[in-house]
Amino acid sequence: MIWVNQVVQGVLLGGYYALLACGLSLMFGVMRIINLAHGALAVLGAFLVFVLAKHGLSPWVALVVVLPVMGVAGWALQRVILERSLRAGELTPLLATFGLLIVISNLLFEKFGADERSLFPYIGTLGYDSWTITKQITIAKLYALIFVVAVALLGTLQLFLRHTQLGRALRATAEDPDTAELVGVNSSAVYAAAAAIAVATAALAGAFLGMRSSFNAYSGSDQLIFAFEAVVIGGIGSLWGTLAGGIVLGVAQNIGAQLNPQWFLLAGHVVFLAALALRLVLTGVGVRGGFRALVGEHA
Amino acid sequence: MTLLRIEELDVRHGFLSAVSGVTLDIAEGETVAIVGANGAGKTTLLRAIAGAHRPAAGRVLFDGKDITAVAAHRRVGMGIALVPEGRRLFGGLTLEENLLVAGRRRDGPWDVESVVEAFPLLGRRRKTRAVNLSGGEQQAAAIGRALMTNPRLLMLDEVSLGLAPAMVDAVYRSLRTLIEGGATIVLVEQDLTRALSVAGRVVCMLEGEVVIDAPAEQTTRAQVVDAYFGLRRTA
Repeated sequence: MIWVNQVVQGVLLGGYYALLACGLSLMFGVMRIINLAHGALAVLGAFLVFVLAKHGLSPWVALVVVLPVMGVAGWALQRVILERSLRAGELTPLLATFGLLIVISNLLFEKFGADERSLFPYIGTLGYDSWTITKQITIAKLYALIFVVAVALLGTLQLFLRHTQLGRALRATAEDPDTAELVGVNSSAVYAAAAAIAVATAALAGAFLGMRSSFNAYSGSDQLIFAFEAVVIGGIGSLWGTLAGGIVLGVAQNIGAQLNPQWFLLAGHVVFLAALALRLVLTGVGVRGGFRALVGEHA
Repeated sequence: MTLLRIEELDVRHGFLSAVSGVTLDIAEGETVAIVGANGAGKTTLLRAIAGAHRPAAGRVLFDGKDITAVAAHRRVGMGIALVPEGRRLFGGLTLEENLLVAGRRRDGPWDVESVVEAFPLLGRRRKTRAVNLSGGEQQAAAIGRALMTNPRLLMLDEVSLGLAPAMVDAVYRSLRTLIEGGATIVLVEQDLTRALSVAGRVVCMLEGEVVIDAPAEQTTRAQVVDAYFGLRRTA
């Protein structure tokens, strides 16, 4: 029964990872940018919610303010920094987002210091409310909420990509930006929209991180790694794949922790490496074609 | 009335000059065939008109306005459409999505229903992903996608390339319907006989320059073939 509980907890954690990862996946899928600042942007979102919560706003109300603000920030990030760096070649955006990660983390450190913060005190009893299913399985209401929000968000994104004009433009641009321009799609506007969605979802994930545990100015890098692992396990270009990847990662971490309390992170990394190796074998490209295999059919 | 005017256009790929000093006027309602050997600059010329390549020198005027600096997606909104070489459909999108992504750029008669009516072979494939369409279906879809923008000027690059002859006939039948409907069409075609059969005017390019520009009925195959290979050039 204790194992069933670990799987259940792992699935719920996976929802959080999927939420964190979907923006990373979207930005890579559409503009081929691996946004190394993704985790830092999530933490920035968490800090913004934290500041508003400290001023007496409910974190939920704060999110209504923070998410659009972060969306605009994502839009500006694409227009001001990434669009220019994309023109300079494939590696430049990687360097640009790496620089951004450092800038954001250190600015947060400058402003908030090294203290661990949490949104836990601001969400009332939701932080520890739970449903007792059996003696050994309890489900925290907050974790369940995060999972439901993640699934709903991924579903909404999927519907948006399938059934709206902007969604179709996004998918067309992801496949062939040159031809998308020739049928009238403004690719830089599409890119900016993708970045806005990605950064807003990152901020939402950051707020949930703050509610379920704690964060500090440098938490972004850890979150980036979890997001990256979820994306790679699930395969890029599919939102449901990202959810599956997040769940696999979460379950692996929880089962690892059950085997040995120190194996939480280790088990996640091992599963990530195993998924990576499996993909290399399945695509038959060998280690030298590694990056191409890693990022799937798109590259 | 002149719809498209190209003045002294130079287009380069890096150090390679692909189009040099091309001047061309295309009137509303005309059908112009551009012929020439591989590497003569035909595709580059079309892409420069569509805005996918920035010219190094010269001007492109559309409907009297200088559009040389206008981005490709905005030219679509002005009524310029290109069916690119190799069709270039969005493979992961369904046929219908490929059409819809190009839609609503301008007012006009073309929408998904009228495109499917004009290309009956597409009717049953609307929900099929573009990668799974046959070559002929893909070409029809690519033309349909360009029509969805309700263009005033439709440019087609090598529409018969890689298609079975029966398929090429079908594509040209639909083109003829368009031409009779008064559309302005520029087509790049390797098949000289077909080009001369639909076009009112033939432009032959050689090494980036226009060497023949004459009405189709006054142009013989032999003349074009000579110009095509540059046989009379440095005599």
